[in-house]
Amino acid sequence: MKLRRLLAMAYKETLQIWRDPRSLAIALIMPLMQMGLLGYGVSLDIKQVPLCIYDQENSQLSRAIVSRFDAGGWFATTGVLHSQAGVRAAMDAGTCIGAVVIPVDFSRQLASTGTASIQAVFDATDVNTTNIAQGYLQGVVAQINAQIQAQWQAAHGVSASQLGQVDLQPSTWFNQTLDSRNFIIPGVVAVILALVGAQLTSLTVSREWERGTMEQLISTPVTALEVMLGKLLPYFVVGMVDAAVCLALAVYWFDVPFRGSVLTLFAATALFSLVILGIGYLISVRIRSQLAASQVALYVTLLPTTLLSGYTFPIDQMPKPIQALTLVVYPRYYVTILRGIFLKGSSLVDLWQPLLGLVIFAVVIVWLAARAFHKRLD
Amino acid sequence: MSAAAPPSIAVEARRLSKRFGDFVAVDHLDLSIGRGEVMGFIGPNGAGKSTTIRMFCGLLPPSEGQAMVAGFDVASQSQQVREHIGYMSQKFSLYGDLTVAENLRFFGGIYRVPQREMAQRLAYALGMAGLQGRDDALVATLAGGWKQRLALGCAILHRPPVLFLDEPTSGVEPQARRQFWDLIHQLAADGVTILVSTHYMDEAEYCNRIALIDRGRLVAIGTPGELRTRGLGGALLELQCAPLGTALAVLQQAQGVVDAAIFGDKLHVVAGSGGLTANALAALLQAHGVQLASVRTVTPSLEDVFVRLVARGQETRPAT
Repeated sequence: MKLRRLLAMAYKETLQIWRDPRSLAIALIMPLMQMGLLGYGVSLDIKQVPLCIYDQENSQLSRAIVSRFDAGGWFATTGVLHSQAGVRAAMDAGTCIGAVVIPVDFSRQLASTGTASIQAVFDATDVNTTNIAQGYLQGVVAQINAQIQAQWQAAHGVSASQLGQVDLQPSTWFNQTLDSRNFIIPGVVAVILALVGAQLTSLTVSREWERGTMEQLISTPVTALEVMLGKLLPYFVVGMVDAAVCLALAVYWFDVPFRGSVLTLFAATALFSLVILGIGYLISVRIRSQLAASQVALYVTLLPTTLLSGYTFPIDQMPKPIQALTLVVYPRYYVTILRGIFLKGSSLVDLWQPLLGLVIFAVVIVWLAARAFHKRLD
Repeated sequence: MSAAAPPSIAVEARRLSKRFGDFVAVDHLDLSIGRGEVMGFIGPNGAGKSTTIRMFCGLLPPSEGQAMVAGFDVASQSQQVREHIGYMSQKFSLYGDLTVAENLRFFGGIYRVPQREMAQRLAYALGMAGLQGRDDALVATLAGGWKQRLALGCAILHRPPVLFLDEPTSGVEPQARRQFWDLIHQLAADGVTILVSTHYMDEAEYCNRIALIDRGRLVAIGTPGELRTRGLGGALLELQCAPLGTALAVLQQAQGVVDAAIFGDKLHVVAGSGGLTANALAALLQAHGVQLASVRTVTPSLEDVFVRLVARGQETRPAT
């Protein structure tokens, strides 16, 4: 391998990126766009769930309960209903995704038996939202119960200690505000790298075939390895700069806590970039049409990164076979590392497993990429 | 190959063949090109010219046979071959989104032209292409002739002893083609061996020797003069006579006539060597009621020769 030829390749490739509006847009604008879209747009927190109330009793107690649903910002009462049929109508109309029905004998039941039921109806088209809303609702009902209990105790002169009550005091670590943005944004960096890196490199070889420059290039003494390294070097730099910009935005703009080491982050990002660039290059060598190459690159990089890396959908909630599949989905390692470094301040030692995963992928992919290109026409 | 090719031979093919599946693109080709020679590579489209050149450049492995270029085997020493050749592919293949100077510097780097010689060689290539002062022009904006000369400039930056030019002048205007051939002759005068394919017959005249290839086989080889005199397999006679149709029918059946064809308002007849004399011809035609006004021997053009040779090849060989 000759450094001179490698650098000539890298310089030429840099000039081509610089003069190609599409490449420039992917390299410079796409990361900012993605960061903005995903940083602002994607939130798994659900607030102000639209709720309808059908209060059959309309007593002092029932009204007090209804008012609790509005407090706290979890629900927003969007309709007061007057019939059971109204519940269905309100859901069909999209006025609410949940309805609370308080039965006509609610207060009487509570007074005579000590327990009374209220009914909650949900539109479960969006399962995720429904689950979360149900959780909120249970929280509200627990508060109501506590209040009723406290009133009863006060009325009968019994203190809580005499009853031996169990009280749960939850404490959340690493993302104390339970803000899903802190969970999502570090993962966005993986998505951006996957998108930018693979999209740019997937075209680098196919472009030369389509334009006819490849035949000239392979008639020269440049070796396959020099072609690969020379082509990937500029994209590696672009990827690392993009990653640095995105990570800085995450910390300084979106206020995601950063608790780990920059060096570990750099090492993991470099490894992930290598894997992505290697995959893009492999695609580019194998598929000689630019359009097809770019499509395939989307499927093998962006899709697994968004769907199977645990970036949005938690891996431990997936069916077992899919969980096993994620072991070969390389972005999962990087997303795990990113979250570990950002939110937990994990060290190199803590992260040895996902790091090893990335190292193995980087070695295998780069090895395959180095062997893929032949300086021949057939 | 047991021994390296002697220094006087720059390119040599022995029973060189290339098959793509059932299709035989190059069929047991034997060819040798001397050092400093300009060898023209002529043949119909699909004759196997590009495939042969690509094998010489190490871009396609031969299916059978061998080729030595600058003393290196194209199959087993393709890296060394690449160090010693310049190649211009049929399709224009410089980077259109790079400037003239950037393209030159790129190939200078790829060929590892010594840094201290770089400036001088770039200047030479620029001068040769007639692009002085246009260093910063994007190559995509250049006209065809300049593009081709620049491509040649990039291909010779490392001073290769052997050059392969695959239809370098196709689509280039006549004036620019002429300039291009001047460059080829300059390089040949410096000892560079050049194999150049073309389908312009006038360009064939500029070559030291011509190899005619058809359906992957070498049909004829020689200097333009040699091909003209013996390529037809006999002397070319031009007859003025009437009626032409009768004369043609008679002559095509006649003993000692290799070929006869109407050529404008005259008849072109190839008389086999030692065959039909002018007197015998006149007698034969008169016997069939044809009035013969004149007979003269003409020098065939290369085009006559190639058309005849290709046609003969297709007559004698069954279609594959």
